[in-house]
Order: sequence, then C-alpha cells, then structure tokens
Amino acid sequence: MNGFTVKQPGLLTLIQDRGRFGAHNLGLTTSGPLDPLAYDWANRLLGNDADASCLEVSFGGLTLEAEVDTAIAITGARKPCKVNNKEISQWRTNSIKKGDVLELGFAQDGIRAYLAVAGGFDIDASFGSSSTVVREKIGGIHGDKLQAGDFLPCQVNSINSHLKLEEQHQPSYGNQATLRVVKGYQQAAFDNVQQWRFFNSSYQVTERSDRMGFRLEGEVIHSDIVGMLSEGICHGAIQIPADGQPIVLMNDRQTIGGYPKIGSVIHLDTARLSQLAPGSEVRFEAISQEQAHNLHWLEKSRYQRTKPVKA
Amino acid sequence: MAMSIEVAGQDAFIVYFSEQASPQVSSQIQAAVANINAQMAGIIVDMVPSYASLLVIFDLNKTDPFAVRHGLKQAMVGLDAESSGSGELITLPVYYSEESGPDLHVIAECGNISIDQVIEIHQQQEYRVYAIGFAPGFAFLGQLDERIAAPRLSTPREKVPRGAVAIADRQTAVYPSQSPGGWNLIGLCPTRMFNPEQQPTMPVKVGDRIRFEAIDRHRFLELGGEL
Repeated sequence: MNGFTVKQPGLLTLIQDRGRFGAHNLGLTTSGPLDPLAYDWANRLLGNDADASCLEVSFGGLTLEAEVDTAIAITGARKPCKVNNKEISQWRTNSIKKGDVLELGFAQDGIRAYLAVAGGFDIDASFGSSSTVVREKIGGIHGDKLQAGDFLPCQVNSINSHLKLEEQHQPSYGNQATLRVVKGYQQAAFDNVQQWRFFNSSYQVTERSDRMGFRLEGEVIHSDIVGMLSEGICHGAIQIPADGQPIVLMNDRQTIGGYPKIGSVIHLDTARLSQLAPGSEVRFEAISQEQAHNLHWLEKSRYQRTKPVKA
Repeated sequence: MAMSIEVAGQDAFIVYFSEQASPQVSSQIQAAVANINAQMAGIIVDMVPSYASLLVIFDLNKTDPFAVRHGLKQAMVGLDAESSGSGELITLPVYYSEESGPDLHVIAECGNISIDQVIEIHQQQEYRVYAIGFAPGFAFLGQLDERIAAPRLSTPREKVPRGAVAIADRQTAVYPSQSPGGWNLIGLCPTRMFNPEQQPTMPVKVGDRIRFEAIDRHRFLELGGEL
C-alpha cells in the first residue's frame, strides 16, 4: 500500500480537511484547519482539491517514513523541516522518494504547520469530512490524533516543475495581533465602560488554549446578565464567563453554550490567533459586519491574484 | 419580547424568539428552520436551534449579510406554532434502580419524596427535545417536574456511563457516550443516542417528544444494555 508510516506523531498532529458542515443538528462541531490560509496554500502549491486532507502539525515533533514516491508541501508555522536529515524549505513543493524520512521539528515562528501531499491523504470522511475532533472521537484515522505506527495512505504522484510561494508573500506570525471583532450577541449587555475597557486594553494568550477555545487573560469585563438560556455559538465568538476573562471560541467549540458573548472575531484573525504562543499579546478592534464582509473578499482576491512561481 | 434578528458574527445571525423556553416557542423555531431550509437552501451552511433562539450560519462566498437578513425576515413571516406539528413521539426504555442510578436517593431527598415516586414522576410526562449540543447526540429535554428537579453535582463525575439517564435543574437527558458529567444519574437507557454507524445517527431530533418507560434489569440486558 502507498502512503506514509508515522514514526513519531509529535505533540498534536491531526488530519484536517476544510471542516464538517451541516452536522450541528447532531451536536457535531465544525473542526477544520485553524489557519485556513496556510492550509489553502499547502494544497494549492500541489494543485490539490481545495478541501484535500492534510496534516495540521501543532507545535512539532513529527517523523514520517515514505512508502511511496510523491511530492509534499509544508506551509504555516516556521519549523525546521528535514528529509533524510537534509534541510528542506517550506512554502514550496518537494519531491519524496520511497524510503525517505521526513521530520518536522518544533515551531520557531507560529504554532501550526500544514503538511499536504500531492492528491491529498486518502482518509474516509465521516459526516462529510475527514477532520479530526479528538473530543468527539470523530474523523481522522480512528477519531484521534496521530499515533506512532499509524499509516497515512495516498496515491503515487510526481511533479515535473516545482512551485513555491515567494518570500514576500509568506506570512510571519510573531507574538502579537489585533483581532477584529464584529459586535453581536449580548453586546448590548456590556455597558460603555466595559466595552471601552475591552477594546482598549491588551490581553495575553494563556496556556489553557486549544482547538476548542483560546483563553485570554487581562482586564476583567462584566455584563449585566445573570443567567441566560443556552444558544448556538458561531466561529470566533468571544465568551465572557463570570470571571470576566474572554475566551475566543475556535473550530472545535461546543455548538451551544450559556455564557454571554460580546461579539465574534473574524475568520482572518482567528487564523492569526491560532498561530500565537502562550504569553503573546492581543488587542481587539470593533468593525461592522459589512466591513468584515469586504475584508473577506479583499483577502480572497489577494489570494487569487498571488500566484505561485517556479521554484 | 418581539422576535429579533441579531448579528452573531461575520457569517452568522441569531434569531431570538422569546425570553423563555416553551413548547410553543420551540414549535415556532422548528417552523423557522423548515422555512429557511425551503427558501434559503444553498447559502446556509449550518443552523443551531436552541431553547428560544436559532443560530444561522451563512456561506460568505455565496451571499452577503444584507441578503441573509432580508431572507431571514421573509422566513419569519407567518410562523404558525400550531400548524408546524409537534414532532415525533419516541419512547425510551429506562432501567431505574439504585444500581443503575446512583443519585436516585439524592433526588428523593431533595424533593422529600420516595425513590419510587421519583421513578414514577419521571415517567409521567412527555418531554420535548429543546436542543442538541454539548456533545454529539446530547439532547436537552424539558421541562422536568419541579418535584424531581435538582442542581448539578458540585464536583462533576469523571466518568458517566453511556446511556445514563440524568437530571439537572428542570432538564433531563440520556448521555450519548461515556464522558465526564455533573448531572444526577437516575437510571440507564439501552437505546444508543448517538451511533455514527447507524442510520439515522440519532433516534431523536429537536422538536420531538420523548416518553420514558421503566424496564427491569433482565429486559435492560436483553436490549443490549451494559452494567
């Protein structure tokens, strides 16, 4: 069988496609890549379908052995990447031969790298998606993160002319970000003083941040709400529990919850947040839903205009 | 409170139907879901109906917030709770006992009634599926009789078995899989509430009506239950 054997799974490596949609009625979350921009580039460099299955490598420590001739691309967080102990570049296609050992070290800038293979990994979809949600035991190979000994099947492939994304287009992640927020939900229950505080102070990313939610620490924010009925939670929703510390809800969030929310971080910026290590600093900026819509299309058009070049 | 359509996020609106949950409000929400499915197919990515609200997530690449708000307003016209039906009636068997429901005595003490009365009262009424969430297949059923309502445990259990029939405040539920949990356990149900391998995946959906029916230990095991 063609594919890759997992020698070392790393801290948290997950099979991800674009995500699981239309299954909220069963209580299933969306999942999908935390940084869709880096995920898109990994597939695009290889000419894959836009929702092909990739590996999301959080932190690092992954070692794979190829049992197939193919090509790969690694995007996202900056990590030392090696084939047979020889350093290879990210944001470009690389040929892989049967027997090659591929290593992804620990992240130096950003957290999540995306490893795509030509044609995508062949992983069965559950509920329309291969995306892994460990908490739900859904997707991936057995509803879990990669384990040593797992086998990742893919087709034999080859690439005639290698492509790369030019350096000036490659993102750097750093340790701070401004997160744009569309105000909504219970925002009216946060008075002017609370809102001023929220949008004018900085918050730190804490260790207790994962694919479900990023817990932030900083100025305490209070709402006038005492108890509320549980309701649907969308991507990026900023939940403020009784301790007044915001939680930005990410791809693996619970689909319903009962804490007040001041609004939601736009998708472009949850992607940035997902690349920040604990201790990083974030600030919030309010924008309208219409502005957010324009930003989405501007980014989409920029992505389409940016072409990969010959490597 | 009048119905209102609020922004939830860049690609989502939340429709608030009332400040309180009730079977009427739940029926209205079901009717709204049906209208949206009929009138806005292709641009809606996902929906989350809950106690008194409906979250609607749209496809940023296929539409814009103006069009979606307009579409939602149209879909909310003439929502008739009466005509939308009241869901299917589903009976779930339960093995109530102190062996399968370690918190039966807590509920009994809380309401100052006997354990037999707790079991009796739990079966007496029809419940409505108000929401599904928290975990895959977890259905929130209400409203529970006040005599057997009890607050969540102060320290949640690390392991609640699959099929546990549980009570928290005025809600009841069947745990779809083994998980941590803070609800009071009163019995075990042999029916799988979530099974990715079976079609349909869940025996219930939002808007359905549920009845519980006591079975004995022998029948519970016969139906595939595990102790």
